[in-house]
Formats: sequence, structure tokens, C-alpha cells
Amino acid sequence: MALSVREYRARIKSTESMKKITRAMELVAASRIIKAQQRAQSAAPYARELTRAVSAVATFSNVDHPLTTEPENPTRAAVLVVTSDRGLAGAYASNVLKEAERLIEKLRAEGKEVDLYVSGRKGEAYFKFRQRPVVQCWTGFSDQPTYDVASDIGATLISAFLNEADGEAHDGSAPGADEVHVVSTRFRSMLTQEPTAVRLLPLEVVEGTEPPEEGELLPLYEFEPSAEEVLDALLPRYVQSRIFFALLQAAASELAARQKAMKAATDNADELIKKYKRIANQARQAGITQEISEIVGGVNALADAQAGNE
Amino acid sequence: MSDALLQVELVAADRLVWSGEAKMVIARTTEGDVGILPGHAPMLSVIIEGVVDVQTADGETWIAAVHAGFLSVANNRVSILSEYAEMAHEIDLEKARKDLDRAKHAGENDDAAQEQLRSAEARIRAVERAS
Repeated sequence: MALSVREYRARIKSTESMKKITRAMELVAASRIIKAQQRAQSAAPYARELTRAVSAVATFSNVDHPLTTEPENPTRAAVLVVTSDRGLAGAYASNVLKEAERLIEKLRAEGKEVDLYVSGRKGEAYFKFRQRPVVQCWTGFSDQPTYDVASDIGATLISAFLNEADGEAHDGSAPGADEVHVVSTRFRSMLTQEPTAVRLLPLEVVEGTEPPEEGELLPLYEFEPSAEEVLDALLPRYVQSRIFFALLQAAASELAARQKAMKAATDNADELIKKYKRIANQARQAGITQEISEIVGGVNALADAQAGNE
Repeated sequence: MSDALLQVELVAADRLVWSGEAKMVIARTTEGDVGILPGHAPMLSVIIEGVVDVQTADGETWIAAVHAGFLSVANNRVSILSEYAEMAHEIDLEKARKDLDRAKHAGENDDAAQEQLRSAEARIRAVERAS
């Protein structure tokens, strides 16, 4: 009972206003998450058709493309880390960064140098604080990424990949990469989001994420103008669409993580208010008890004194 | 195959722009305009900034402006993939005209400007054709 009632009242008040803020953030995140999911859904047809086209080309032509060839001795790897711009999303950013650290550790152990590409202010701040060089940063869009950003990131990563693959430009002018990895968060459900690391380039044999429907055989395509040219145009777009998808998933995950964190914060605030109210009431009662006993004591003392006089 | 119809999907990177049945689709590829009728052989081709014409089953014509992308045809399914695509009635003509002006002044040697120029022209053409 070290503090006075007034001080407890002040604490209750400040916790209450904090609770209002966290509640508001929770609601905002909850409404945005629906939009983010819709965005991810409306991007799905493009990714699906593109995957279908890529697998068609991959199946029916034996064209080697720089983006699909494995370099013989990979020595440099580029890692794209997708984080958030803002905090207050629980362990969201630190989970991604932990996963990224693990991947970097692994790549180093394999004798590869690692170049960092970061999206989101949290990641930027993390690496800057540790004075680790970052090749390029993209910020300011983490909760609603646009395709423009994705295609920009994609173009940068592809050119880095082609740089090394083409010539031995080891002078470090523009860091190339023998492989490109992406660390981002996958949105499983509102409750679980997992940080994952995926190798983006060189492209592996197209994953069967969207296999052709039952009984539907992939038809023999004609390519116009030629299989090489179609592939040339197709693969970079495929990479960009994968990045776009990763960004959309990350956005949905960020919002889900934020909603969860803010819900926990609101609950904690409720608890705290309850606790403070109890202590404040105790303090109030203790004060009243003390006052009464002081009055009673005073009256008794007066009565004793009077009895003694008489 | 005369009664068959094409299942058309016009897909942009961030949304499905239009989907439905059609009698004919005309798009501009790197080799020139192609018209796709039901029963067309499977084909994958690269399209450039231009106008896509879709003639639906009930005789209507839908016109859309698209950026560079792909056209894939298989089993009477036509998918047009483009990073950006707009239906004619969604296009802001004023903005397209402004883009066209800006792109014209940016110079001839700039690849990005050339692309802008073609895309702006495509949008204006799409609106003019639709009206």
C-alpha cells in the first residue's frame, strides 16, 4: 500500500487509454486482413495461369534458360528478407529475421557469401543497427504491396542473378548472385503464420502447386514467336509473380500477427485495470479504516482526559 | 466444333479482369494480330501493349487495353495474362491522353517511354473502339 489512491486512479486511467489504442489497432488490423486476403485471392488467377504456362513450356521444350540453369560452383547468394514496416505485431518481424539468420548461417557454412536485400523498415533497422551491409531496401508498402513493387524487386533480383551467371564480374561493382533465396512469412490461417525460406532462383522444376485437373492432359503447344522467346518473357514474370505472392502473404501475415498481438495487449490491459482497481479499493478502505480509528482514538482520548479532570 | 465456345479469362497481375464465353478473341502478339476461334490449336504466344477484342456468345463486343503479357490457348480455353489490363469502360481517357503526351515528349530512345507510349495509345484506341 505504498501508493495513494490518487496514484492508482492515474494508473487506471492511463491503462484505459492505452487499451483504447490497442483495441482500435486490433479492429483496424482485423478489417485490413480481410482486404489483404481478398487481394491475395484476386492475385491467384494470374499466378495459376502463369504456373500453368510455365509448366507447359517446361514440359514441351528442352530449352535451357539462364534462369533455370544451376551454376556449377555457387559462391554468392542473395537473400531477400520480407519484413514489416511497423512494429506492434508481436514476434512477426523477429520471427522472419530469425529464420533469415538461420538461412544466412547455413549458406555461410556452405561457403557462400551472402548479399542482403530487405523489404520493410523493421528489417532495414535490424541490419542497420548491426552494421551489416544491405544491397537494397524497399520500404513503405508492407501492409498493401502493389505489383509495381514486386516487379521492381523481381527485376533487381533477376539482374543480380544474371550478373554472376553471365561473366566473372567478381570485382564487386554490382553484386551478382548464384542463387536467390526469399525469406518471408506464409499465411496458414488467422492463427498461424510461419516464416519460411524458399530458393527462388535458379528456378527449380516447376512445383506442382496447381496440377492440371483430373484427366486433363497438357496439350502440345505451339510457341509464337519461338519457345525461347516465350520462355524469355515468361520466366521473369513468373519470378515476379512469385515475389508478389510472397509479399501478399507477408502482408496478410503481418496483419494477422498484429491483430493477435493487439488482442493480447487489450486483454492484458483489462487484467491490469482489474488489478489496479482492486488495489485502489483496498487502499481506499484502508484509508477510511485509518481515519475511523483515528477519530475513535481521538474521541476516547478526549473522554479519558475529561474523566480524569472530573 | 461450330457450336463450341471459347472460355476466355483476361487476367491482370492483381485481379481477374473479365471472364466468360466468347466466339472470337483478337489480340496483338509480337508477330501481329491473331484471331482465335473455337477449336484453335494449342498456342502460347507473347502479346504486346494493345487492344484485345472479345466477341461474346450473344454478339456483344468487349474491348480491353492490355500491357505486355501472354496469350495461351488450349482446349478452347483462352487465357490472356497481362501485368495490367483494363476494360474499355474502366479507362480514364483524360489520363491516357496525358500519359500519351508525356511519353511522346520523353524521347524516342527511351524504352520505358516507348512502352508507356504504346500502352497509352492502346488505352485510347480501346475507348475509341468501344464508343
